Amino acid sequence: MSDTQTLRQWLLSETPTSRRHAKLSALYQGWLSLRANTMAMIGLSILVALVLVAITAPIISPHDPFTQDLSNRLAPLGAEGHLFGTDSLGRDILSRLFYGARITLYIVALVALIAPIAGLLIGTVSGYIGGITDTILMRITDIFLAFPRLVLALAFVAALGAGIENAVLAISLTAWPPYARIARAETLTIRSSDFISAIKLQGAGPIRIITKHIWPLCISSLIVRVTLDMAGIILAAAGLGFLGLGAQPPSPEWGAMISEGRRFILDYWWVATVPGLAIFTVSLAFNLLGDGLRDLLDPKAGE
Amino acid sequence: MSMLSVKNLNVWFGKHSSRVDAVKSASFEVERGQSFGLVGESGSGKSTILRAITGLAPNWSGALSVDGEAIEKKRQKAFYKTVQMVFQDPYASLHPRHSVDQVLSETLHLHGFTNIDARVVKLLDDVGLGQKFRFRYPHQLSGGQRQRVAIARALAPDPTLLLLDEPTSALDVSVQAEILNLLADMREEHGLTYLMVSHDLSVVAHMCDNLAVMRNGEIVEILDVEALRSMQATHPYSQHLLQASV
Amino acid sequence: MENLLDVENLWVKFPTRTGVFDAVRGVSFTLGRERLGIVGESGSGKSMTGRAILRLIRNPGIVEADHINLEGVNLLKKSEKEMRAVRGQRISMVMQDPKFSLNPVMTIGDQIIEAYRQQTKASKSEAYNKALEMLEAVSIRDAERVMRIYPHEVSGGMGQRIMIAMMLIPNPEILIADEPTSALDVSVQRQVLDIMDKLVKDRGMGLIFISHDLNLVADFCDRVLIMYSGRIVEVCDADKLHEAKHPYTRGLLNSLPRLDGKDKRLQVLKRDPEWSKTPSVSGRL
Repeated sequence: MSDTQTLRQWLLSETPTSRRHAKLSALYQGWLSLRANTMAMIGLSILVALVLVAITAPIISPHDPFTQDLSNRLAPLGAEGHLFGTDSLGRDILSRLFYGARITLYIVALVALIAPIAGLLIGTVSGYIGGITDTILMRITDIFLAFPRLVLALAFVAALGAGIENAVLAISLTAWPPYARIARAETLTIRSSDFISAIKLQGAGPIRIITKHIWPLCISSLIVRVTLDMAGIILAAAGLGFLGLGAQPPSPEWGAMISEGRRFILDYWWVATVPGLAIFTVSLAFNLLGDGLRDLLDPKAGE
Repeated sequence: MSMLSVKNLNVWFGKHSSRVDAVKSASFEVERGQSFGLVGESGSGKSTILRAITGLAPNWSGALSVDGEAIEKKRQKAFYKTVQMVFQDPYASLHPRHSVDQVLSETLHLHGFTNIDARVVKLLDDVGLGQKFRFRYPHQLSGGQRQRVAIARALAPDPTLLLLDEPTSALDVSVQAEILNLLADMREEHGLTYLMVSHDLSVVAHMCDNLAVMRNGEIVEILDVEALRSMQATHPYSQHLLQASV
Repeated sequence: MENLLDVENLWVKFPTRTGVFDAVRGVSFTLGRERLGIVGESGSGKSMTGRAILRLIRNPGIVEADHINLEGVNLLKKSEKEMRAVRGQRISMVMQDPKFSLNPVMTIGDQIIEAYRQQTKASKSEAYNKALEMLEAVSIRDAERVMRIYPHEVSGGMGQRIMIAMMLIPNPEILIADEPTSALDVSVQRQVLDIMDKLVKDRGMGLIFISHDLNLVADFCDRVLIMYSGRIVEVCDADKLHEAKHPYTRGLLNSLPRLDGKDKRLQVLKRDPEWSKTPSVSGRL
């Protein structure tokens, strides 16, 4: 590559010179499309901000989130030293929000790792192999689908005990069936396409076909779906927290914070409203990003 | 000994009452180095014969043999080294997320070759694409270029029998000429045997030595290309097809 | 010959990230009561030209022209609502694949009757008889049975004939046929073309026939525009297409395999960058 070529030109080159170059170039093109979508970029920046806040929570928090100050309880918005006021035990709401971002991200990351991967595995295997395997796997999926999500999660948490990890597990267990359905539907259309026939004619076995040829095509629609579902997952986790089955006090989980503020909602509305707004903002950010990713990764919808 | 022998081939889809017989007792032979055409209208079963030979259509009966060896229902790896196929639609036959390099390297890897890099380079040169296309994705290629990649993939394991399923019907005429020339060159250079399906009689007349005319799953006539060129088909349906193509 | 349609300096532009892509670049032509062929390869802008006349270019595409006059009235000046009255009523379009143009959950008969009643407000029985008549006009035997069946039960050739019947019900002045026979088998192709030809002649309509098939166009049309990268490179009478002069047209003709040809290699078209730079030839009469 010549020195006169800028990085941008190199990335947009029509004639990549190595495998790595081709990959980077494809990624950059995707980034450019995403960047053109203002709403998705708003969503993405909110999420990046959330990650930054979670990482730097100990530095940027004005107070310790667990220190109680009963003499200064239920301070209003903008009170001295407490931008978002304090809760019923005099803890700084802003600091608790910052620390709560960590918990939210933790839940999101764990669910996003477990549910779609389980769904992808079950869906693609079911769709590709077909026959009796398909029937059995899909009936199991149907059974899970038939329960309302929060009720099933409640049952799991009740059985496993309250706590964040169990809440995550419960949410994941209720979240995978739609992903399995999507992955299976995608697999059914991909399975009969010429490029799968072509690789079969090279003697490739089912494991290679599923992992190397079908997965890459299913993953994009799953990513879109997961991003769009994230809002629901955050809300479910907050719901469990609100019911006292998720994060336990004094953990600054946003749902649990709303639950605590509920008692004073009429006189001290901000105690419940501020974490509520935080949940709302992050959910919205995931939805915006998901919409943008759909335009980018799922060309069918755009036509 | 013939390169490909098809005897009393029946192919069907579906079971019991919904069974559709796509090919009914078709028989023909293709000599080594020859190019044989299968001609007919849509639904005549011509592509289904190719799919039965490769195993993509699993329900068949009859006797198929390649290079003297009978084809088993479960095909061995060695079979795919001998028989390869080029598909009709180059827009559907390449994985949309795999670069040219990935497509060819994976094929070579599956056939157990070791010096993959050098072979990818050679294959791309053979089909007239060259190195600058190596790391491109299908969406960065034109229809003709994609079909060249598909041909390179089919040639990768050094096959002796190439099945061509309407390889140019999705392409513009000027690109069709390039691809047909390429296929003719490849046949000469690699000593390949072709079994080519087409609805276009002039393409078959150009490419093939012998051809079979199919209708409703049956072969109605087998004739050589000289007879085709001089319009001397005997079966009324073949004559009808000829009339329509002039 | 009077001009039904007069297109002057037509452009179709698509803004992209890397700049504006011009699919059609300054094309002018007229259409009388004749069969006008537009040929070219994929990407030559021939389909875009057909769609642009009806202002059917999808967003973000832009249609620009000095004028597109339908019997002296500029279509570009019409509102979207007025255009809807033009589409179907005065200019009809037949697409490549009838499968995508027919409603899969309505019987053929209901679709034709509905189309007819939308245009004329005729009574049901009147519309039924008209529909039968139309199906018979496109040589469909057993029209009463065909009226009762669904689109997935008809073959490609019959589907295309039904489409033509539907398009002709409102008695349009112009029919735009975009590759109407390329999804069909050769033997059916001829039949569909003959029907279209007869109807167009009997009604004195103008026909724009868009195709990639040079031989077909040479056979079927009166006049041919040859398009290359968004421009018209040559205009000639269809029966003289085989004597065409432009190297592009010649190249296309020569690259066709011939039934009686014995050449071992086909001629390959060598593209000259000059072709896309020279201004469009006018297709006006």
